[in-house]
Amino acid sequence: METDNPVLLRVENLVKYFPVSSGGFFRRKIEQIHAVDHVSFNLYKGETFGLVGESGCGKSTTGRTILQLYRPTAGAVYLEGVDLVKLDSRALRQMRRKMQMIFQDPYASLNPRLTVGEIVGDPLLVYKQHKNWEDVEEEVRYLLNMVKLNPSYTNRYPHEFSGGQRQRIGVARALALRPELVVCDEPISALDVSIQAQVVNLLVELQKKLNLTYIFIAHDLSMVRYMCDRVAVMYLGIIVELGPSSELYNNPLHPYTQALLSSVPIPDPRIEEKRQRIILKGEVPSPINPPSGCRFRTRCPIAQGVCAEVVPEWRELRPGHFVACHFA
Amino acid sequence: MQEKLLEVNGLETQFKTPEGIVHAVNGISFALQNGETIGLVGESGSGKSVTMLSVLRLIESPPGKIAAGSAIFHGKDLLHISEEEIRHVRGAQISMVFQDPMTSFNGVLTIGRQITEGMVEHLGMSESRARVRAAELLDLVGIPNPKERLNDYPHQFSGGMRQRAMIAMALACRPQILIADEPTTSLDVTIQAQIVELVKHLRDEFGMAIIWITHDLGIIAGLAQRVFVMYGGLFIEEAPIYELYENPRHPYTIGLLGSLPRVDMEERKELSSIDGMPPVLFAKPNYCPFAPRCTYAIERCRQENPPLETLEGGHKVACWVKPQVGKDVYGNR
Repeated sequence: METDNPVLLRVENLVKYFPVSSGGFFRRKIEQIHAVDHVSFNLYKGETFGLVGESGCGKSTTGRTILQLYRPTAGAVYLEGVDLVKLDSRALRQMRRKMQMIFQDPYASLNPRLTVGEIVGDPLLVYKQHKNWEDVEEEVRYLLNMVKLNPSYTNRYPHEFSGGQRQRIGVARALALRPELVVCDEPISALDVSIQAQVVNLLVELQKKLNLTYIFIAHDLSMVRYMCDRVAVMYLGIIVELGPSSELYNNPLHPYTQALLSSVPIPDPRIEEKRQRIILKGEVPSPINPPSGCRFRTRCPIAQGVCAEVVPEWRELRPGHFVACHFA
Repeated sequence: MQEKLLEVNGLETQFKTPEGIVHAVNGISFALQNGETIGLVGESGSGKSVTMLSVLRLIESPPGKIAAGSAIFHGKDLLHISEEEIRHVRGAQISMVFQDPMTSFNGVLTIGRQITEGMVEHLGMSESRARVRAAELLDLVGIPNPKERLNDYPHQFSGGMRQRAMIAMALACRPQILIADEPTTSLDVTIQAQIVELVKHLRDEFGMAIIWITHDLGIIAGLAQRVFVMYGGLFIEEAPIYELYENPRHPYTIGLLGSLPRVDMEERKELSSIDGMPPVLFAKPNYCPFAPRCTYAIERCRQENPPLETLEGGHKVACWVKPQVGKDVYGNR
């Protein structure tokens, strides 16, 4: 485990609400989508921290709010001791070189009018890390080589590349400034199965080489187990369970985590034949009016009266393994 | 003795594009038994959807063209019967559900109207009888307040509910074959599990045969009795379910199984990746289409396309090398 390493990032009571308007023209009232609602965790240097959950659970918003791509409604985000939330845009810009992002859609996240050299070299120009254009070009070729793309591709455009290659261009751009922290937001979900492993192996290799710290956001629980040292499970804007990956996967404590893990298919017909699935009823409630007490109670197979009244406490039941459930 | 319900022979489908003619399906043959569930597995562009769309004659022409083959269903060749006859087959005997429910539903008609249409048209039911049946179907697929929901429009349903409603519509005329084209790919895992359980339950109740098209070897493991792996518009391996996972013989199948992380694995070993990317074929391949990405490839693979060869126990594979790795395929277990 990486928990002996120093803390790189501390997220404290992070909140992000998005306003939505509803009602008629004269009775316009503003409601809030509770996208992220008091999320706290520490991130240790060199680890891969997984954020998992289903669509709309707030995992991507958490990642973006940490990077201050969305400014949080409340809470604090300390990167190497500096609270990013309190920084003005100029100071924040200096911190940004330490924290970068890899996006889900390799088709939408690269500007089609720029060459690969311009895309990957842009961060270097913005932060004026090199004296002249030749140095930038040299660095771009180094970066492309690092992500296993042919360095002579600098003058090509994104449409000339396959999905997997584009995602590597995105990785090269994210690593151009030698960041400490990289938020990978569903980096492989848009790719074909045979291509996914290429990108994942590359991310693992680069982490070792550059001592990177990853936040790995994904809905593919098998891949998250493979990639991550520790995992947090989100549901409707909150973290319901957090623990070291093998501990969390072998011994899930929250009924939602249990249902989620039992839903993941295993490519082995003999195991599938015998598996008992926990099938959840219904669907995720609206994040505008999340249920009182425990947010999972409306779909929970073991919910009782208390779950509607009392918000479950965040408890450490095993070393490093936290859960928010009255009956865990 | 099991009875052949659908028999496809030598199917070839091509598309005209500005770059040339793309050979999407290059000679596919298979038989589906009564009540059987088979999986068609492949990546995007492998031809798995086009195969089934061709059988139902849902390929837009032009640019698409069914160039060769037959699809025998109850003694008739679906590829050559009249437009009217194929409409009846699609409406009442073979239904298809898609990845995106909005491609099946018309956004400006109510769900009820769309589910009842087929029953009125193909089964000759009265409007009111069909509405009662439609409400029963929505109830069967787990949609609350089915009677009221019949008056809703598709956009008023959530993604998971739309998928259920689409299954209800597909089942309305009690088809003998249900073709499911990645119906759970865009859904969350807990909803995916709901839909898969639902389909299994309905299969047992109605006794229909299912062709499940997917890229996910995980989902098919718990669903199908036989699996067909597609690459470059061809079946490159075909086997009963256990045999495929325990004794895969085609390097592509081996690579796919090895590239999957498993939720039940303990150790982290490097995932086997398949370099390169799937081909777009502008000619019917006269070499093995997987050869450029294959670590086992020998000279012959680049000169001659291997035929689908029958091994023991209903296992077929199209490969000159046929490496035998057994369960070692899961390097990461």
